[in-house]
Amino acid sequence: MYRSLLSTVKNWTQPRSLVIGVPYLWLLAFFAIPFVIVLKISFSWMQPIQPGYAPLIEWVEETRRLVVSFNFDNYQVLLRESLYVETFLYSVKVAAVSTFWCLLIGYPMAYAIARSKPSTRNLLLMLIILPFWTSFLLRVYAWVGLLKTNGVINNTLLALGLIDQPLTLLYSDFAVYIGIVYSYLPFMILPLYSNLEKHDLTLLEAAADLGARPVKAFMKVTLPLSMPGIVAGCLLVFIPAVGEFVIPSLLGRTDQLMIGTVLSAQFFGARNWPVAGAVAIVLLLVLLLPILLFQRHQRRELEAVRR
Amino acid sequence: MAERVVDRHNEYLRIEGVSKRFGDFVAVDNVSLSIYKGEIFCLLGGSGCGKTTLLRMLAGFETPSSGRILIDGQDMAGIPPYERPVNMMFQSYALFPHMTVMQNVAFGLEQEGIDKNDIRRRVDDMLGIVKLGDFAKRKPHQLSGGQRQRVALARALVKKPKLLLLDEPLGALDKKLREHTQFELINLQEQLGVTFVVVTHDQEEAMTLASRIGVMNKGQIVQVGTPTDIYEFPNSRFVADFIGSVNMFEGKLIEDEPAHVRIGCPELETTVFVSHGISAPPEAPVTVAIRPEKIEMSRSAPVSGENHVTGVVKEIAYMGDMSIYLVRLSSGRLVRVTIPNVERHDERIVWDETVHLSWHPSSPVVLIQ
Repeated sequence: MYRSLLSTVKNWTQPRSLVIGVPYLWLLAFFAIPFVIVLKISFSWMQPIQPGYAPLIEWVEETRRLVVSFNFDNYQVLLRESLYVETFLYSVKVAAVSTFWCLLIGYPMAYAIARSKPSTRNLLLMLIILPFWTSFLLRVYAWVGLLKTNGVINNTLLALGLIDQPLTLLYSDFAVYIGIVYSYLPFMILPLYSNLEKHDLTLLEAAADLGARPVKAFMKVTLPLSMPGIVAGCLLVFIPAVGEFVIPSLLGRTDQLMIGTVLSAQFFGARNWPVAGAVAIVLLLVLLLPILLFQRHQRRELEAVRR
Repeated sequence: MAERVVDRHNEYLRIEGVSKRFGDFVAVDNVSLSIYKGEIFCLLGGSGCGKTTLLRMLAGFETPSSGRILIDGQDMAGIPPYERPVNMMFQSYALFPHMTVMQNVAFGLEQEGIDKNDIRRRVDDMLGIVKLGDFAKRKPHQLSGGQRQRVALARALVKKPKLLLLDEPLGALDKKLREHTQFELINLQEQLGVTFVVVTHDQEEAMTLASRIGVMNKGQIVQVGTPTDIYEFPNSRFVADFIGSVNMFEGKLIEDEPAHVRIGCPELETTVFVSHGISAPPEAPVTVAIRPEKIEMSRSAPVSGENHVTGVVKEIAYMGDMSIYLVRLSSGRLVRVTIPNVERHDERIVWDETVHLSWHPSSPVVLIQ
């Protein structure tokens, strides 16, 4: 017992565990602790005075009692008021559709990059990463300029005589899809590229040799083997897209909010931190599901390789 | 090394003046070959000699820069790999990692649109032939190297190709398994009557597998023949040197008769008497090649004075079944001699002993090029 404790302590002080420890400390400080704080707030009562919510456990001097007051209504409100359920479903739909388009556009791009000459490959990857050098907000605002009624797209189409009335592009689902697909495309392309680039091309020769036409060889060999890349890319787009609030608030409909916008409105607008906390917790739980599925998938893949 | 009979009337594959250039580099240089039905033909050569490129042109992965390839009389120009009556076993095996053994083997049949039950039966039969019936549900990464090799073979053979191309089929196996597998491969080939074209850099593999060998060098076929032809009657210094080990001595033709020749070799300090005639211009520089196992070594002088030199043992390498001796002549030239270790307690010749080397007049090969 003593011995094992000693060896555990020894292990902690190994340089290796220090290296591993840094990211865990980071997660503890910037994920676990804030999460517990938000969780705590989500069960507390709203209060008009600072800090905006009542403590869960309080020592009341007058009655000389420890008062514990949990408020489950923050969660019940989410089910009771159709606004929350609707925005949740709408957010999931927007994220799903955007992920689908990202995949549809990103896969051929990743494929083309992975199959291009090594010299051009780096240039193409550079072009994918290049937009990150400009502010995200700026790039979304640029889409406002492109899509608005007297924006670049409408003016061009009018000038070409293709339309005689400006199209309503901005403040629509379409604009949100454009914004999300545009912003998150690199997150789809990069994991797909890193998967496709590792493929053994003799497998395709083997498929051709066995009588498979190129399309069939792609469907039977390349596509199944790129599944881990597809899953990774889809999660990297879907998860942040569900909680996205900048793009829908700048480009999206005014009659239909996304859950991220509601969350931000509750926090900063209504100052209802407890309900906002509950929304955040539910959002996290909903998103945890696909992440856990992905992790299980990855673990199985790893085990398969090790065996 | 059984010589298998080649039926020369039944040409199956014909390569006519095929060249392949990559930019300025000529990978395959004007190769012409005929390969007959039911034979195992080995393309043998060092790395970069063009053998793999030639094989890939047969499979359809590369297009010849010039020349024609005919399989069963049909010109293969413009026919993509997936329409050729040819299957290939890849050096890396190229098994589909996401499919089971059974799915891998069934893949080729599924492309032909064969009835599911038929596929099932043929896959089962083929897995039985390569003794992998118990492994049908495994994935490639759960198999050993030898098992993977057999899956690759089964996957190519299940389509009943007339011509099977094998790229270094035994390259990834360890020595014991190679020997075992190469006999299995020959049995399988005889059983199924498929024509094999094998690419290898390993002369031993080529010798045991092949009914005929084509030796390649710098994109050209330098000699085609049975393993015995290639070993005993090499037609060039390159072939003599590439196949097995050989002692080569520069010399000059000094006596040229129809039934024998005599060659003066300054390095050997003697003239070499060869009991067969050659066709070379008089006084032409020639090379005499003598295999190490064809040289006799003894402590006492041989009876005949012809083809006899003396030297001192400088190196001995004990290989178990035989020993390799390096004997230095007084000219300084080292001669390689191999002696089978017939007896366990032999009074073997040791370092620094003076020995007599001799050989039969029929043993030397006279090379002109």
